[in-house]
Amino acid sequence: MDVIGRSILRKESQDKVTGRARYTHDHHSNTMLSGKVVISPYGHAKIVKIDTIEARNMPGVKAILAGEEFPLTGEDIRDRPPLAVDKVRYHGEAIALVIADTPGQAKKAADRIKVQYELLPVVHSPTQAFQKDAPMVHERLGEYIKEKHTTPVPGTNIATHIKIRKGNMEKGWTESVTTVEADFSFPPSDHVAMETRCSIAEILPDGTIKIMTSSQAPFMVKQLIAKYFNEDIGKIIVETPFVGGAFGGKASVQLEILAYLGSKAVGGLPVKILNSREEDILMSPCHIGLDAKIKFGADHLGIIKVAEIRYLWDSGAYSDKAIDLTRAGAVDCTGPYNIENLWCDSYCMYTNHPYPAPFRGFSHSELSFAIERTMDLLAQKLQIDPLELRYRNAIMKGHTTPTRVLLNQSNVGDLQKCIVRLKELISWDEGQVKEMNNRLVRVKGISCSWKTSTIDPNAPSGVILTFNRDGSINLMSGVIEIGTGTKTVLAQILAERLKMNVDNIHVKMEVDTQTTPEHWKTVASRGIYMAGRALLEAAEDVINQLREIASIVLRAPKEDLEIADSRVFLRDNPLMGLHFQDICYGYQYPNGNSIGGQIIGTGNFIMRHLTHLDPETGAGKPGPEWTVAAYGVEIEFDRRDFTYQLVKAATVVDIGTVLNKKAALGQVMGAMSMGLAFAGRETFYFDQLGRVLNPQLRTYRPLHYGENPEYLVDFVHTPDLEAPYGARGVGEHGLLGMPGALGNALSVAAGVSLHHLPLIPELIWKTKEAKS
Amino acid sequence: MKSQIIELYVNGDLRTVTVRSADTLLYAIRGKLGLTGAKPGCLNGDCGACTVNVDDWPMKSCLMLAVEAIGKNITTIEGLKKTPIQQAFVDNFAFQCGYCTPGFIMNCHSLIHQHPDADDKTIKEWLGSNICRCTGYAEIEKAVKTVLENQ
Amino acid sequence: MLPFDFEYYKPASLKEAIDLYQTAAKNRKKPMFISGGTELITLGRINLVHTEAVIDLKDIAECMVMQFEGDYLVIGSTLSLTKIEETNHFPLLTKTASEVADHTSRGKITLGGNICAQIFYRETVLPFLLADSQVVIVGPSGIKVSPINNLFHEQLQLGTGEFLIQVATAKRFVTAPFVSIKRRQQWDTGYPLITVAALKIGEEVRVALSGLCPFPFRSKKVETLLNNREWPIEDRVNSALSELPGPILNDVEGSAEYRLFVLRNLLHDVLEVLGAS
Repeated sequence: MDVIGRSILRKESQDKVTGRARYTHDHHSNTMLSGKVVISPYGHAKIVKIDTIEARNMPGVKAILAGEEFPLTGEDIRDRPPLAVDKVRYHGEAIALVIADTPGQAKKAADRIKVQYELLPVVHSPTQAFQKDAPMVHERLGEYIKEKHTTPVPGTNIATHIKIRKGNMEKGWTESVTTVEADFSFPPSDHVAMETRCSIAEILPDGTIKIMTSSQAPFMVKQLIAKYFNEDIGKIIVETPFVGGAFGGKASVQLEILAYLGSKAVGGLPVKILNSREEDILMSPCHIGLDAKIKFGADHLGIIKVAEIRYLWDSGAYSDKAIDLTRAGAVDCTGPYNIENLWCDSYCMYTNHPYPAPFRGFSHSELSFAIERTMDLLAQKLQIDPLELRYRNAIMKGHTTPTRVLLNQSNVGDLQKCIVRLKELISWDEGQVKEMNNRLVRVKGISCSWKTSTIDPNAPSGVILTFNRDGSINLMSGVIEIGTGTKTVLAQILAERLKMNVDNIHVKMEVDTQTTPEHWKTVASRGIYMAGRALLEAAEDVINQLREIASIVLRAPKEDLEIADSRVFLRDNPLMGLHFQDICYGYQYPNGNSIGGQIIGTGNFIMRHLTHLDPETGAGKPGPEWTVAAYGVEIEFDRRDFTYQLVKAATVVDIGTVLNKKAALGQVMGAMSMGLAFAGRETFYFDQLGRVLNPQLRTYRPLHYGENPEYLVDFVHTPDLEAPYGARGVGEHGLLGMPGALGNALSVAAGVSLHHLPLIPELIWKTKEAKS
Repeated sequence: MKSQIIELYVNGDLRTVTVRSADTLLYAIRGKLGLTGAKPGCLNGDCGACTVNVDDWPMKSCLMLAVEAIGKNITTIEGLKKTPIQQAFVDNFAFQCGYCTPGFIMNCHSLIHQHPDADDKTIKEWLGSNICRCTGYAEIEKAVKTVLENQ
Repeated sequence: MLPFDFEYYKPASLKEAIDLYQTAAKNRKKPMFISGGTELITLGRINLVHTEAVIDLKDIAECMVMQFEGDYLVIGSTLSLTKIEETNHFPLLTKTASEVADHTSRGKITLGGNICAQIFYRETVLPFLLADSQVVIVGPSGIKVSPINNLFHEQLQLGTGEFLIQVATAKRFVTAPFVSIKRRQQWDTGYPLITVAALKIGEEVRVALSGLCPFPFRSKKVETLLNNREWPIEDRVNSALSELPGPILNDVEGSAEYRLFVLRNLLHDVLEVLGAS
């Protein structure tokens, strides 16, 4: 392999270091109007009155939307009004939209909209929401339109309930000599992509709806707007330029709807809505919270015989993607361990919190915290080395997953190999605890993870290849360049397949749903898997066409022709051949006669054999393959102050094949950094009225330069036989084990069992105090 | 005088712009001069995505009024031409989504200029002013150190 | 995006600044002096500050000085914190200032702006409270010089139309042994959970705090108890903790109880480092 694995520089590199890379908000015109959203200041309140009179008379104001009933929206349950009407269900909920000539005018007018509220009792957590006498977030849950496989329970706060029933629980408990049981919880938090969400909508006189948006899912924007508002899908064109980070947060469709409604209200003029950071944190979807209850039974060797799990996912005010998150949490509910007797209830619970978008890892870092802390509790109870305990229980080929998918040599990575490599990488044998002095101690914590991608069973991806006159190739895919470098890696895959110089492959970075073939959504570490397969098919198409025309010109059978270095040539006489430039737009004979024509390659891919889950047992195939990984975190802990520094963090992931070394390392390290920040600092703080108290980056603080640990990353290579060059998804996996590993390190260091996130010194202090 | 015509010295050119007194420098260079390299990330001085150089020091252009910048030498990412730090960011994969990159590069550029012998502590102090949400900072550290070492 | 408009003035002299303020006040423009101006923007954009006339003090020569004059170090109010740090005439101030916000922001935040800030941490005042510095203030009735400890109660007590020009600190305090520690909720970013600054003058340890209460302070009572060498450190710290002003902050950075836990350890550290044990 020539190009695969090499650290090919990103195709968009020069644009990004010169300020020339353009993101949605960088597109501006003088005719563009500005939208400003008025948001709810309370978690749960009845809207008594919205007074827009003063605002309407402000200079520059073109329209104000408020109090109007628009069709309800939401991906699985249509429970969400684009603008709140009767009541607000979370702090930050959009209640009015002002359209004005300039952003300043829109803001000034928005500040003058007066809303009268009547406070309602607030549902503060999924556990509270689950109680019988809890206040109702959605009184009319039974009346909403919903997808077939979604199971809301009217009269409760349950938006859906996923059941996993496997094996024989009684048998499992009988075979167990010891049990551990623990509860874990953490509130919602945020993605904090550096680019706040931004959408621009315009409706042309012929009814064409043009939307530009910072999204991971422009094709979903198109589908959903058509569906929600009964628009002609062929008349909706969604464009996405570069996206300034997403992490799942831009897979939800929200701001696009407001921009569309805004444009509609001003006769189709272009309307831009740019979230302020505060709106991006409060109004737009967040990172899900979780209350978990885990119970394991194990034999004397630590082999887990049985597990009983309850996840209460914090769906916040609206279900949207939380239904899918609840399902994803259920299908991999055990973590990467083989547990034959299993009972899991995964509930999607309405609360009065901001509602969640997907977050990098899609429920897996969250459930892993609960599972991995429980694994350490089990190891402690049985006095077994925690890494050894995981090695013994590691899931592998021949086992079945919670939803009863039989694992084979291809559809799961090799967790035991990851564990062995991790052990070396973090010098586990030197001991978990190292005394530095009477206050400081260095402690290692470890964890493991697995993840499949629970995507729609019919999710598509397509690729188009066209040629330039010099024989170079244009690659068009619906994957969004959100920072993962996927489009550069696609170019590498094509270069590898055609044995050509990757510099002669040009990648279209922007996506527009009218001319770019659809890629379902740029989520779930599935870009390479799906678009890569579509690309390989398109490459075959191109190869076939090149050979066809060359065989005529060279008067040789197609089978005798090879392709490399942008040439088609005879296998046994490479000197005899044709450059792509001579045939990619047809071949012209010396007398002018021409044959063939422009070569256009197409390829597509659709997931194979995925199924919905059985509603009673959960049985079914939710995703194509499982990537596995093992993690370590080393901290230096101050036993007097309960403060700590992140010293090292390690991840060993079974990547199948490395496609671009530095890009892969970057994905893993970046995900680890995000996981440590989530585990160690990031959270929403709520007050009694359900208000988020820290909606700014000075109070909601991602990791900053120098707070990061030293990163140790390595790979194990168990190819996924279905994936391009065997590569497994890797965009999310560095994150998944960080909360668990950090929690395990700190629990050992502090000598108390920690069950909540974020793991700030005050939490450790409080837990110590409660114990003593 | 709530709106006024001012001259700003940007990337070596004297530019005339009409601004409200309340407009930030970020708003003026993006909205009036079309220099969209500096990014809004928080408009609150917390993230550094809008960092430019003012008289060779890093400045969060969202924290400065355009009128405060009169008479100052403003450099934006568009004003950097093939500097070593830009190439170092490319070579070391020191960005992913690229949104924080102009601000980070402008901060690094000033750091290299003001403290060519910067040690780890100084680098941390300076670069702690910007947030990168994609990388884990290891690549950015490598990029800036490569340039410092090659000086 | 500031949701209000204002007139912007950049006077070149003290007198011009004072006159501008008075005229604007007369015209009901709610004038505001700025120096770094960061709070005008960050609080203005969320409607916590409003003005129709901004008077920027950065061009006034007296506000830009930084030099030793006789026995005093004089620092102008419009100097950026970065500038003060880079010059490093007053190491305790350097250390305390260097923990405020972040490096780039400190290129905009000024000494006067931080001391007179609406956001209540105002950490750069701590060194001056400890050093019994003098503040030079100008207003409609002229220039006055006062001990900062007479004029700073939770915040600098400025009359209408007055602003801070300089802070003067006696040399012997500038070079005295010191400690300055900022502890945050987690790691190295964010507002203080508690910032403690301490100066040792002879055998006496002086302590000032930010982040404990919704205002920075130096308490003579607390210092007296901490300096009581008759008692073991434990008792001195305990008694000092019982004499703190209120209320103790209880917010997203930390609970009141936890702050007291952190403070206890910090006071131990201060006494230990300054050799007062």
